[in-house]
Amino acid sequence: MFWDWEYTWEIVPVLAEASIITIEATVLGFILAAVVGLLLAILRMSPTRWIALPAAGFVEFIRSTPLLIQIFFIFFVLPEFGITLGALTAGILALGLHYGSYCSEVYRAGLENIPRGQWEASIALNLSPYHTFRDIIIPQAIPPVVPALGNYFVALFKETPLLSAIAVLELMQTAKILGSETFRYTEPITLVGLYFLVFSLVAAALVRRLEHWLKVRWR
Amino acid sequence: MRMQTRGIVVVCIILSFTAGLAVASFAGFREFLPGLLEGARVTVIITVLGCALAVVMAFIAALAKMYAPLPLRWLAVSYIEIFRGTSALVQLFWLFFVLPHFGITLDPLTVAVVALGLNVGAYGAEVVRGAVQAVPRGQWEATIALNMSRTEALKRVILPQAVVAMIPPWGNLFIELMKATALVSLITISDLAFKASQMNQTTYRTVEIFTIVLVFYLAIASVITVGMRALERAAARGLSRGRAH
Repeated sequence: MFWDWEYTWEIVPVLAEASIITIEATVLGFILAAVVGLLLAILRMSPTRWIALPAAGFVEFIRSTPLLIQIFFIFFVLPEFGITLGALTAGILALGLHYGSYCSEVYRAGLENIPRGQWEASIALNLSPYHTFRDIIIPQAIPPVVPALGNYFVALFKETPLLSAIAVLELMQTAKILGSETFRYTEPITLVGLYFLVFSLVAAALVRRLEHWLKVRWR
Repeated sequence: MRMQTRGIVVVCIILSFTAGLAVASFAGFREFLPGLLEGARVTVIITVLGCALAVVMAFIAALAKMYAPLPLRWLAVSYIEIFRGTSALVQLFWLFFVLPHFGITLDPLTVAVVALGLNVGAYGAEVVRGAVQAVPRGQWEATIALNMSRTEALKRVILPQAVVAMIPPWGNLFIELMKATALVSLITISDLAFKASQMNQTTYRTVEIFTIVLVFYLAIASVITVGMRALERAAARGLSRGRAH
């Protein structure tokens, strides 16, 4: 017997409950990533080399080391410096920093696409750097890159099963526990796979619609 | 652009050097090194085999999606969508825990290579498709004028140009795959990440171990970056020489 429907219906509510944690980690992680990414992108544009280069180095470092190790690092190493985080918090922090450095590249593309005249105009109007960014540059830079950010949102969502490695009770961890209780891995893991497939396809379709909408709205 | 990437590489080298120095100054760091090096060997093996499988799968899937008859095309599309739409970790666990129920038991290393290769291959298929479609239309028209068959045109005219364009995105995908190899530690393969958490559990020397491991991964990623950039230069040189004749 490959597939047991009775067992399937039994575990669906358990997995549905666990998926709340998955969604929580995704949403909070992405909010953090969006903020960290924007900060890194702005720091990287700084005319001062001693700000710009470390920011660039940080982004490259995060982007070329595995997320799993970063999760372990935050979860196991920070307590040695006196900062003890819960597993979910550590996981969200790791996801946010990792995807923040990806998002910073996206923002950078948006910021670099702003015509030079906009910068010159803000200098001519004697705007402070803060007001230049807040009122002139960022409102123009963000809308074109929203679809690219959306793609990273989907990517982050698909990386949340990594949190099972530090025993966050999200979907994957719950599926593994269910599997080890009953020795039936087929149903839980397949259901988790289906869940991710459906959500990513829906999310990808939404991102495409958003892209289309922005094109109409901002042309 | 060039200057900036060089600046980034310099910063990375300085960062890893200082990190290395910091690590070396910790006492007893030598006791971790042999085990971690052994783990790194496994990581490199999985990366190389996984990349090879990914490239093969990407070309097969992309060409099938573009040129194969309908049932095969659907197969290619569903392969790409399924492997791009679910998490790499879920795929890994599925192959590891679920396949044995269907009577197929693979050893963990094979599961790792197959799962990562198929996962990155699905992303690579879109890279291949994009590069092939970016070849100017005139090239296709020229092959028709020369009375080439489609296979011949692809093999001798279109793909050689497309391959040059797809080298940089493949570099990114190879690094993605290398980073994803850390996941295989969760299916009992003793790669770098596995050795690290194992040593961490026995010694609690967390800072040293994980810093060394991060530096190791950074080093492997740098090797891939430098290698792909050399490949890119070599390929571009071939192209410009070809045009001059």
